Amino acid sequence: MPGLDESFLELPLNGVSEAALGRARQLGCDHAEVRVERIRTQYLSVRDGALETSLDDTEVGIGVRVFHRGSVGFAAAASVSVQEAVRLAGEAVDLAKVVALALGEPVQLAGEPVWADAIWVAPYETDPTRVPLGDKVDLLASWTARLISSPSVDHATGSVTAVSEDKYYADLSGTSTLQRRVRVHPVVEAVALGGPAGFETMRTLAPPMARGWEGLLGAGCDLDGEIAALPELLRERLAAPSVEPGRYDLVVDPTNLWLTIHESIGHATELDRALGYEAAYAGTSFARPEMIGELRYGSELMNVVGDRTQPYGLATVGFDDEGVAAQSFDIVRDGVLVGFQLDRRIAAAAGRERSNGCAFADSPLHAPLQRMANVSLLSAPGGPSTEELIDGCGDGIYVVGDKSWSIDMQRHNFQFTGQRFYEIRSGRLAGQLRDVAYQATTTEFWGSMDGVGGEGTVVLGGAFNCGKGQPGQVAPVGHACPSARFRNVNVLNVRRESGR
Amino acid sequence: MSTSEEPAAAVAQRILDSAGGDACVLVDDMSEVDVRFANNTVTSDGRRRLRRVSVVRYVEVPGGRSTGSASGTGDVDVEALLSAAELDALSAGPADDAAGLLDGGQDSDAYLGAPEVEPSSLSALLGELGDLLRRSATQHRVAAGFAEGSLVTTTVASTAGTMRRHVTPTAKLQLTLRDTSTGASVWAGSAGGSLAELSLAGIEASLDVRLGWSTRRIDLPAGRYRTILPPDAVADLVPLAAQAASGRDALEGHNVYSAPGSQTRIGQRLFDVPFNFRTDPNEPGLEAIPFVAARASSGDASVFDNGAPIGRQTFVEDGILKRLLWTRAGADKAGAQATFPGDNMILELPGSTATTADLISNSDRALLVTCLWYIREVDPATLLLTGLTRDGVYLVEAGEVVAAVNNFRFNESPLDVLARVSAAGRTERALSREWNEWFPRTAMPGIVVENFNFSSVSPAT
Repeated sequence: MPGLDESFLELPLNGVSEAALGRARQLGCDHAEVRVERIRTQYLSVRDGALETSLDDTEVGIGVRVFHRGSVGFAAAASVSVQEAVRLAGEAVDLAKVVALALGEPVQLAGEPVWADAIWVAPYETDPTRVPLGDKVDLLASWTARLISSPSVDHATGSVTAVSEDKYYADLSGTSTLQRRVRVHPVVEAVALGGPAGFETMRTLAPPMARGWEGLLGAGCDLDGEIAALPELLRERLAAPSVEPGRYDLVVDPTNLWLTIHESIGHATELDRALGYEAAYAGTSFARPEMIGELRYGSELMNVVGDRTQPYGLATVGFDDEGVAAQSFDIVRDGVLVGFQLDRRIAAAAGRERSNGCAFADSPLHAPLQRMANVSLLSAPGGPSTEELIDGCGDGIYVVGDKSWSIDMQRHNFQFTGQRFYEIRSGRLAGQLRDVAYQATTTEFWGSMDGVGGEGTVVLGGAFNCGKGQPGQVAPVGHACPSARFRNVNVLNVRRESGR
Repeated sequence: MSTSEEPAAAVAQRILDSAGGDACVLVDDMSEVDVRFANNTVTSDGRRRLRRVSVVRYVEVPGGRSTGSASGTGDVDVEALLSAAELDALSAGPADDAAGLLDGGQDSDAYLGAPEVEPSSLSALLGELGDLLRRSATQHRVAAGFAEGSLVTTTVASTAGTMRRHVTPTAKLQLTLRDTSTGASVWAGSAGGSLAELSLAGIEASLDVRLGWSTRRIDLPAGRYRTILPPDAVADLVPLAAQAASGRDALEGHNVYSAPGSQTRIGQRLFDVPFNFRTDPNEPGLEAIPFVAARASSGDASVFDNGAPIGRQTFVEDGILKRLLWTRAGADKAGAQATFPGDNMILELPGSTATTADLISNSDRALLVTCLWYIREVDPATLLLTGLTRDGVYLVEAGEVVAAVNNFRFNESPLDVLARVSAAGRTERALSREWNEWFPRTAMPGIVVENFNFSSVSPAT
């Protein structure tokens, strides 16, 4: 397994941290943090066998955050030198002094043990950003070529996003950490012309993965099998009946359910949102800290954890961007709210002794925010298979793969679509349906969950692009979950919603 | 090596001189300051500087021309970037969007340095903001919001002779106020070229009016309502119609602008109201980058078009679809007109002078929806979007706002919305709540839409 990247270690990390933190101390800061990061991001897309997009960007820089007499200042630049570090520390202090004009409450941080010279490297085999472009193009081209060779497919696109992230963190308390992780996300989509809408699309369900290039070659998904099946699935979709809107029992596959968890549990249990600190943009939450131990979030089958230690989870780290060691913690136990996600500032504001390690910045040029841990729904010990959940459904709909998503700013009302919907008739799949969306409110939906799949149904999904904050930041986050069954859920017909 | 102190044009020229073949260099110098607040206090702030150097190499390969690109920030090793771009080009295969490089001209100020936003631009605002936050705390109000000012200097140079430079100034100010006694929450924002242009007091005054409207609240069920959307809410919808305007996808039969028989809908009437929709880099007050600057090709943009001038591009004229997005190569193959993504958007109904207040006073009964949120595409065939109302829904009766109303989820296509417009106002600078980070330069009219589809009630307040 690879370790830290030598070329990153060649940057003047110690010199930068000593210069920035020394200057901050000299200027009277109570606390200061410095991050040096190098993030390499590649995006390739192939369309009908030909390369369409090739982006290869390496972002390097320093971010300095200072805490000065209760005020916070942040300054950053895309240049890594001792001189720049000194300048940034000064600029951050100057900014902290200016914003003190509008400070309503002094900023405090919850305590954290000192982690000196800590090193953490995610498990992977091949850095996906270092695989030669030609190899990547050949693989993507072969996928799309296979698809368009089918008479059921008119166009096909394939893309892969690959990221490597090297991060150095140090603060005035004495913590210093070095970390490296990678991630990769393949997507293959087929387009078929025809049908009542004029065309239909369908894509692979392979999730984004905190793995190296090996994730595309069988370690984290079965892309070959998915690509082989897409033409027939798409052909079936073109001929499928349009759903009759109404109330249905749903069996939701983990390839869809991860996103519902993300939106209706993950974001709803961020304490910065619940306390109003994200009110200007992403919103707040119906869940409040005073509801801990009281709020019935869902049925008694519902158990949810936040976990920044989960193997191959997209939010998995050794230490967060405030120097807090990664942790695992309960959010919902037996259907009752028992915890929130925290960073150090929010933990202090809520009177907690310690953060549970949910700070993250997506760039050296951005200050850390409270961001989501891997928030996962636990499987039922000895629980049913997906087929058994379907069998217990009677009549209903089986939902597979994520597509469209939307939820209100307090995380009540949501609407999701998917990649595929199957009619369930007398406990058996009876072919695909078109035009399905399901719409519910969070506690009603989770309260209707009467079946949770066993360990064998669990899939680790997630996203690269969870958005939050101003200026906007994106965070990778993973969600493991089993299949689950929900009763009496409102289903819309999206064609009829459009007035057609 | 290249340092951020070296003028961008000098860096670009140095790379081009050593390229050994066709190449293009893009340099983005970004300077930004921001402050964020919530719960009547400042929550974060920032000052940042970034230089990103991107190199595109164009090489001959069997079957055509291919490209490769690489970019990096900070003190980049330009030789390494050039090598990486060339290596990628050699292994990429012939590009579908290949076209001859063009000389996009030279700007006389190309060798000037990049201006920086000074943090002092925040100082005046912060004094005023501090007063607002303290005042809010005494008035049972909770304030949240965000202010940022940025300058992005873009330099594009190529071996075909292009040496263009453009400075894009952007400033945005947004304020949300919640009245803790009534639970009412309202949002407004504005955008301009600098923070000094924007008025926090003006935004607060507009929100005072809306909080006044919220002293009475009624609940209404889901359904179809005549709905008034002010310019900001129209700016929440229109960018998604523009983003979907791929000529290639339309011609291939898989977007909302496709017509049967491998045709596009160009020439079709989209809206009975004779709207015009355009991008124009010279639009007064919405000045935008006037040339193509693509770090990599995509469906609707091509690195082969870098430096190409972007002029006024009218997509819809008198309600009729006139243009779709095409790269030069794609347009050439399709017999269409090359049309590039622009950095501003203007929707207008020529001759209309009505304000949103006029639209309200002319309505017997309607909902007034000031802000939309979490808008996502549901069905690309119809461009059906779903999303929610947020921070301001009101009932209008007999020309007056009479009460605040609960929030709704909507399912609507922006094309269908514009097709059901029964009245439109004058075009004004607008700020989309959801898309302003990507589309900060928009001008839209307020509109009255018949039968807007609210498919469920949201309990969010």
